Amino acid sequence: MAEALLEVKDLSVHFPTDDGLVKAVDGVSFTLLEGETLGVVGESGSGKSVSFLTVMGLIRRKQAQIEGEILFRGQDLLTLPPDEMRNVRGAKISMIFQDPMTSLHPYYKVGDQIAEAVRTHQKVSKAEARDQAVEMLRRVGIPRPDERADQFPHEFSGGMRQRAMIAMALSLNPDLLIADEPTTALDVTVQAQILDLLDRLKQEFNAAVVIITHDLGVVAEHCDHIQVMYAGKIVEAGDRRDIYYNAQMPYTWGLLSSIPRLDETGERERLNPIRGLPPSLIFVPEGCAFHPRCPYVFDRCREEVPELLPSDGHHASRCHLPLADKERIFREEIMAKA
Amino acid sequence: MSIQVTERAEPEPTTSETPLIRLRSIRKLFPITRGILLQKRIGNVHAVDGVDLEVKKGETFGLVGETGCGKSTLARVVMRLYDATEGSIEFDGEDITRSKGGRLRELRREMQMIFQDPYASLNPRKTVGAIIGAPFRLHRTVPRGKVKGEVQQLMELVGLNPEHYNRFPHEFSGGQRQRIGVARALALRPKLIVCDEPVSALDVSIQAQVLNLLEDLQEEFNLTYLFIAHDLSVVKHVSDRVAVMYLGKIVEMASGNTLYRNPKHPYTGALLSAVPIPDPDLAAAKKRIILEGDVPSPIDPPSGCRFHPRCPNAQFPKCSEEDPELTPHHRGQVAACHFPLEDRAIIEADAGG
Repeated sequence: MAEALLEVKDLSVHFPTDDGLVKAVDGVSFTLLEGETLGVVGESGSGKSVSFLTVMGLIRRKQAQIEGEILFRGQDLLTLPPDEMRNVRGAKISMIFQDPMTSLHPYYKVGDQIAEAVRTHQKVSKAEARDQAVEMLRRVGIPRPDERADQFPHEFSGGMRQRAMIAMALSLNPDLLIADEPTTALDVTVQAQILDLLDRLKQEFNAAVVIITHDLGVVAEHCDHIQVMYAGKIVEAGDRRDIYYNAQMPYTWGLLSSIPRLDETGERERLNPIRGLPPSLIFVPEGCAFHPRCPYVFDRCREEVPELLPSDGHHASRCHLPLADKERIFREEIMAKA
Repeated sequence: MSIQVTERAEPEPTTSETPLIRLRSIRKLFPITRGILLQKRIGNVHAVDGVDLEVKKGETFGLVGETGCGKSTLARVVMRLYDATEGSIEFDGEDITRSKGGRLRELRREMQMIFQDPYASLNPRKTVGAIIGAPFRLHRTVPRGKVKGEVQQLMELVGLNPEHYNRFPHEFSGGQRQRIGVARALALRPKLIVCDEPVSALDVSIQAQVLNLLEDLQEEFNLTYLFIAHDLSVVKHVSDRVAVMYLGKIVEMASGNTLYRNPKHPYTGALLSAVPIPDPDLAAAKKRIILEGDVPSPIDPPSGCRFHPRCPNAQFPKCSEEDPELTPHHRGQVAACHFPLEDRAIIEADAGG
């Protein structure tokens, strides 16, 4: 049995602004095991990126009110002094971002940027760091890596840049790689290449991976566990089969049925969008945050915040509907259409 | 040529009617120059390189392809925002390839565009009312005093609150902004709307709302859509027919379902197999074709079939020497490939659909 690598306990990240307190993350708890792949799904503003930026130590107490614990191998990252956190960030936990166009520095050669990451954390000579950078570029599948290392980011295509970012992120052999929308800016064929590469490197480097995305298709193929976030809270979490074949939260149902499916072969059917808009994080609706958009809402939802309750094993959802009803609705109304 | 092929192979009641758009061997080259004073032409970007297609009245025609395949350039050529280097464009039976001045202005009334980025396509310093009302003021189709009423009607039509007439774009969410773009496009009651990646910047739940809206409007106003996107599942969902583009050429064209069930061109097959399916079992059962490398440069496209350097089925020397023509298969499907895929070679996991 794998051990817990990352344990997040009751994490809240609130940003004070002139308009009020933005509750970007509000009481998030989860555990990530060594070598596991976790998918985090949600719309813009659901708090998925903010929670992991906080794990990376990129959101500081100066900007936000942070509460809770982030235990990485048992050590609370939130209480770590900044220079010790700097040793963790990059070396133990690293991150790749959505837009590979803006996350590489345009003035420096790609190889130098990777070598810089290596030299920040390891006592190696410039030549050795460069060799490591070239080796990393080779491992992420960049042809002629020794020539490519001397090129600038603008000479790379989008997919190549994302590969270079992955090379940089993995150059220090981290235990945890956080990929924030790693393929959203890429074409489907390149997306398939990158996801495939992540899968392969995960085995090779034996790292745990978190994939943050808004696309339920991406996580279907590549994640062991999935958590769905809405308005700063985890609203459903489970193994991937739980989420796709036994979803128990109306928001997850909404996500599943609003995607046009390539494999729908009958007559063109209307999509079932979730009505309304995501809530403001300053004035989060009372009770269940999803209730104004939920088609199955009843009185209790408007008053009482539902708990994230497990139904079996790993599977948990945040909804007041009785379990039997959820199972019936999912089977008869959601799956029947898919 | 391939135009006749398309007509013959698709026996539908509408064939006798003139198509809304007819493109004949459209090419669009962008010159690459060197030097500041004496600009010497040193090459061309072959953005669109010989495209024939017809869009029927009232249909949704989907155009898919990766970044740089020329799909947006083609749309801009149709809109007459770019002049075609070669070829002709017919709109509703009229040759508009060289239309100018007043006639071009009139044409613009009949064809409108919805853009990808609802943040960049709306002027941040104008109110929503002014943005949606701009077409009326420019084309003077409605007397000045009635513009406000018309605009508010349009806002209601696309699901915006007409009371928000005086608000600015930043007060709206991405999905609402896209609705503003739709209202502006509808203002002059065009025959054709070119949708250039209209939902790629939106969250899935909002994306579905906008797609449904487009569908309703099409029914109400008998619109024709030229729908461009890189997301195959979106294109397939909205389109009656889909064309797949690769490096400036159409490589395959068919109805969405035919294309999905029975792709003929290996590029279509690879594109389909790369689309993630939100169903773990189907995804696992699906055969994946991962294409190696990137799309080659359109400055110097590969000889013969442009897909041959990445094609898993390429046979040499035929594929690297002879440029394949679009040839008909059954049910109106056309594909440009010397060695088309066997029937149902790609996707066998059809059971769950």
